Amino acid sequence: MNDVPSIVVDKLVKRFGDFTAVNQVSFQIRSGEIFGLLGPNGSGKSTTIRMLCGLLTPSSGSATVVGLDVARQAEEVRQHIGYMSQKFSLYNDLTAIENLQFFGGLYGVKGRALDERIAWAIKMSGLAGSEQLLTGELSGGWKQRLALGCAVLHRPQVLFLDEATAGVDPLSRRQFWELIHEMSREGVTILVTTHYMDEAEYCNRLALIDQGLIVEMGTPTKIKQTAIKGDLLLVECSPLGGGLAAVKQAPGVLEASVFGAALHVVVSTGRQPLTELPAFLAAHDVRVGRIELISPSLEDAFVSLTGSRALGSESYQ
Amino acid sequence: MNLRRTAAMSRKEFTQVRRDPYSLIVVLFLPLVQILLLGYGARLDANHIPVYVLDQEGSQDSQALLKAFQASPYFDVIKAVDNYHALVRAIDADQCKLGIVIPWDFSERLADAGRTSVQAIVDGTDDNSAQLAEGYAQAVVATYASNVQLDWFARYGLSQQATTPLSVDYRTWFNEDLESKNFIIPGTVALVMALMGALLSSLTIAREWERGTMEQLIATPVTALEIMVGKLVPYLAIGLADATLCAVFAVGWFGVPFRGGSGAFFLATTLFLIVILGIGYMISVATKSQLGASQYALLVTLLPTSMLSGFAFPIDQMPAPIRAITYLVYSRYYVSALKRIFLSSAGISDLVPEVVAMTIYALVIGFFATRAFHKSLQ
Repeated sequence: MNDVPSIVVDKLVKRFGDFTAVNQVSFQIRSGEIFGLLGPNGSGKSTTIRMLCGLLTPSSGSATVVGLDVARQAEEVRQHIGYMSQKFSLYNDLTAIENLQFFGGLYGVKGRALDERIAWAIKMSGLAGSEQLLTGELSGGWKQRLALGCAVLHRPQVLFLDEATAGVDPLSRRQFWELIHEMSREGVTILVTTHYMDEAEYCNRLALIDQGLIVEMGTPTKIKQTAIKGDLLLVECSPLGGGLAAVKQAPGVLEASVFGAALHVVVSTGRQPLTELPAFLAAHDVRVGRIELISPSLEDAFVSLTGSRALGSESYQ
Repeated sequence: MNLRRTAAMSRKEFTQVRRDPYSLIVVLFLPLVQILLLGYGARLDANHIPVYVLDQEGSQDSQALLKAFQASPYFDVIKAVDNYHALVRAIDADQCKLGIVIPWDFSERLADAGRTSVQAIVDGTDDNSAQLAEGYAQAVVATYASNVQLDWFARYGLSQQATTPLSVDYRTWFNEDLESKNFIIPGTVALVMALMGALLSSLTIAREWERGTMEQLIATPVTALEIMVGKLVPYLAIGLADATLCAVFAVGWFGVPFRGGSGAFFLATTLFLIVILGIGYMISVATKSQLGASQYALLVTLLPTSMLSGFAFPIDQMPAPIRAITYLVYSRYYVSALKRIFLSSAGISDLVPEVVAMTIYALVIGFFATRAFHKSLQ
């Protein structure tokens, strides 16, 4: 990792009619860095990445990728980037090897170099022996790794992954991220969008994005520390709704929200919530089960920063 | 334009056609089905037209006339009825296409005044057949009449020499047998090219949008021009192969002559395909949907090619305003070229007007097609 910015985004704006999808977004990504855009669907992640790939023209602001302006030098930008979109849009009626040959041809990879890269991609995606299967017959994880292979056949300096792991099983996702880290070590700059919290943890740096605005940026650790201003408690109680209403009235409680079947409650530091809260809730006819101090997740950070409950669930896919 | 990228695009497109059952049907079966259907079904000749007769007189003269009908290859006299009502019923029931009524005073008037008439009732539900039946019936009656006239002159002592009616000896060139298949089948090649070209090319861009592969394609360095050329070249090759297939079938199966040059045939076909594929491609870019694109494409290619190209309906028999419109229909130049290549021995030098017109169309359509598509998701 070095300090030369590979991607520079400056006050980027994209409007669709009256709707502002991306609002004054600015960030810089160093070469070899894995940078994540984390936010719910419709928050402007994909629109941002599409502008950086030259698929959409910015309404205002500017962005450069490897020093090339994405609005004016889109065709040159495309020589240096790999792009993988949400649907791993390969040709289902071509075989794995035919897809690789096709994209190799489009990226101008030829001769021995192409053979080598195709062999690498087949090995990387675990498709050895299945090269002649139609892509449509491959499972999600295979398809995804094949799509990654197609996107990086030409050894791009920058890789854009737009929700690239959506709909893939957890094991395949972990394998996929190992490949991403390997490329990052080789100096490839990687910009990913995701709404999976566990994936966001893999990134070197993150930008939390909500309704087209970046609400926080930094390393995952730093974001969690700065977002939660107090101690975080997990409280299991019943009824859950009544518990949430009651706990918000409790002394020292800064915020509270439902996480799964329990509550996450932020209390100001210096209090004794483990003893105070159960008593308070019992007085409000709420039965308390487990209560413990936990370390905040990115989801806690996001909820705390945006006041929304929008992340982390598969239903947002 | 980068040839490697264009070739990669062509290879991919060709592989997709090879794997797609729908495309294969369009490529392999449609041409044969079309040419068979039109070769057999769209005959414009009429033979063995079923005829009912009502001979109210029953004389030697009337029988002679009916024999003339019987002897004609165009008519089959199926039945003689004895009243007018039965004749009308037969036409209503589609038992015959033509009814001939010989009046009770037929021979009397022929003898007295030398003038008489018969009534022919034609089933006009099929206008084309009706016109043919009427024409053939008039010919039969005219032949009979001239025989009667000759007899009459002879009886009254006029010299045979002086009275032999002027005989016109027709000779039709290029389609000596006046067989409609020779007239129809060369034009069928145009119909097949329009149908196949429009159906396949209209899917090219729309399919990428519908299957979600367009986004990935746009993100690569391939240019819009390379996408267009790469996608259409396989269809041009397939079109030329299909045109050859049609020509071989026309000659080998239907016995249509092929007297012109094959160079002219392929040049004309290439120019026509460029126009058709360009139109299909632009429609595909505009609609982004495979179903919509194929329907629009058929509307603007197949319809004018079947109606206004002179393929089946001769242009010089159209009303003047429609005839003027046909000059704008690119297919008329191709159909005209095809007919002349098949039936007369036309080479490229004989087809200069057609080739020039089609080249202009190919250039104009090609120009707009290269500008139709932009690599953007907007």
